[in-house]
Amino acid sequence: MPELSELWPPIRLTLTLAAITTVVLLIVGTPIAWWLARSRARWKEAVAAVVALPLVLPPTVLGFYLLILLGPNGPGGALAGLWGARTLAFTFEALVLGSVLYSMPFVVQPIRNAFEAIGERPLEVAATLRASPFDRFWSVAVPLARPGFMTGAVLGFAHTVGEFGVVLMIGGNIPGQTKVLSIAMYDYVETLRWVEAHILAGGMLVFAFVVILAMLVLEKRIGWPRT
Amino acid sequence: MRTTDVAIEAHFSGTLGSFTLDVAINVPMRGVTALYGPSGCGKTTILRCLAGLQRLPGRLTVAGEVWQDDGQGIFRVPHERSIGYVFQEASLFSHLSVRSNLLFGHRRALKAGLREEIHFNDVIELLGLGHMLERAPSHLSGGERQRVAVGRALLSQPRLLLMDEPLSALDRMTKDEILPYFEALDDKLSLPIIYVSHDISEVERLADTLVLLDRGRVLASGVLADLEADPTLPLVHAPDAAVTLDGTISGIDSVYALTSLSISGGSLIVPGRRGEIGQRRRLKISASDVSFTLVAPVSTTIQNCLPAKIVSVDPHDAARIQMNIVARLGESETGARIVARVTRKSQEALGLVPGSRVFIQIKSVALVG
Repeated sequence: MPELSELWPPIRLTLTLAAITTVVLLIVGTPIAWWLARSRARWKEAVAAVVALPLVLPPTVLGFYLLILLGPNGPGGALAGLWGARTLAFTFEALVLGSVLYSMPFVVQPIRNAFEAIGERPLEVAATLRASPFDRFWSVAVPLARPGFMTGAVLGFAHTVGEFGVVLMIGGNIPGQTKVLSIAMYDYVETLRWVEAHILAGGMLVFAFVVILAMLVLEKRIGWPRT
Repeated sequence: MRTTDVAIEAHFSGTLGSFTLDVAINVPMRGVTALYGPSGCGKTTILRCLAGLQRLPGRLTVAGEVWQDDGQGIFRVPHERSIGYVFQEASLFSHLSVRSNLLFGHRRALKAGLREEIHFNDVIELLGLGHMLERAPSHLSGGERQRVAVGRALLSQPRLLLMDEPLSALDRMTKDEILPYFEALDDKLSLPIIYVSHDISEVERLADTLVLLDRGRVLASGVLADLEADPTLPLVHAPDAAVTLDGTISGIDSVYALTSLSISGGSLIVPGRRGEIGQRRRLKISASDVSFTLVAPVSTTIQNCLPAKIVSVDPHDAARIQMNIVARLGESETGARIVARVTRKSQEALGLVPGSRVFIQIKSVALVG
């Protein structure tokens, strides 16, 4: 009989990581998406390319550079020295940072597309109706881009849940701190504990399906003012 | 023009890509001013500059307030200008109900400390929006959407209403359904309206003042009827040349159901009961419905036959097949001017030259408002 209680910590850790990552990405990614959608700067596609790098980069490469950056000999290590630690790697915070970078394109791209789809007109209308730029952003652009935010949030969350390579490089495998679901699963397979692996894999499958289904249904239900 | 008549003085001059705009416009305090011209003449650009949505070098004052003066580095951003703007497509906010759309600018205007001079309930009634307040914009017809857009603009408490071809995206039937609402706007609100259009029939119905534009320049501006009858301007030479005159109902023949309207220099008869004595109506007389005789006709089925004096005779086409003749009704210098299109053959046969005394026969007079 598998130890069910031992399955829970990695699941909880994964969900926490994904939730925090998603919130951080919405906060950080929205201004980036807005800028990419609205700016006329010639070099904005270069920025877009940097944001999109994780799409093609092997996660281990990103993890490797983060490890260098956060490790004892990098700026992260120096920063950690301020409070007496040796390194920033192999911490939960490092995982959050890695996940944010790795899942960034999945959040920024849909939001950028949604902002671009709105076009200039609704914002001009709002301006003639006495809305300041900040007001226009919150009362017109964000609500109109809602499908992009939903898609971005779901993709960001799901992508973080499924991440492996970055975590392996900069998180290691510390139970309760950096041992996330995908790592736990890998462990089970390595040690030939097929039942536990099956439970995790099957659970992930169902979870992914439910999340996407819920998003599709929700989007239809609350999408009444548009069509 | 007296200074009290001028609400908006605008001068813009600059280049956009390959297009050069150089205009100076004075718009009176009341009534509808139409910016009219072929597409690409710069009328929408002017409107956007007035709203601050676009910036060209120049100067703009509205009722004494300076909104733009590049000499002094003044440029008021759009959301701080008291304007209502109605775009070509209604552009309602799809995430808000009709009511929330209407209140969008209203709330912000009151928050900015403006006095509420245009009230929600009045706008609802004026534009007939009562039954659709809780609906989503996607559930409205094209005409309804445009009415909501007008209401939304009005409720932001503007001192100036700008309309950019608000009917051009609508079909003929919807246009006819919405035009009376626009006419009511002008009657009920003392708000200057600047109306961009390339459709002369809209201009004929709505405009009091006309600014005639061509390739980024002002060809002429003034009272609509004056420009329509000015042979140096293109309107007289248009295929559908016509004059629009404002008349007052002066009598009703109840036996035959005919309405007579007095206009400057004469009076005209139109079939049907068209209102009450003293009411004002706008008439349109097409150049192709006007003919001349040298003596007062004795027996004719044409009801409208008025003495007039010819002001100008110009060829309509390069081959001089047809002529455009402008004539002034009655004896005085202030008589209404009428445009007629006749063949050169008839013109020469009757010896029509500037100064000739004639009788004008008008086959049909249309009421356009």
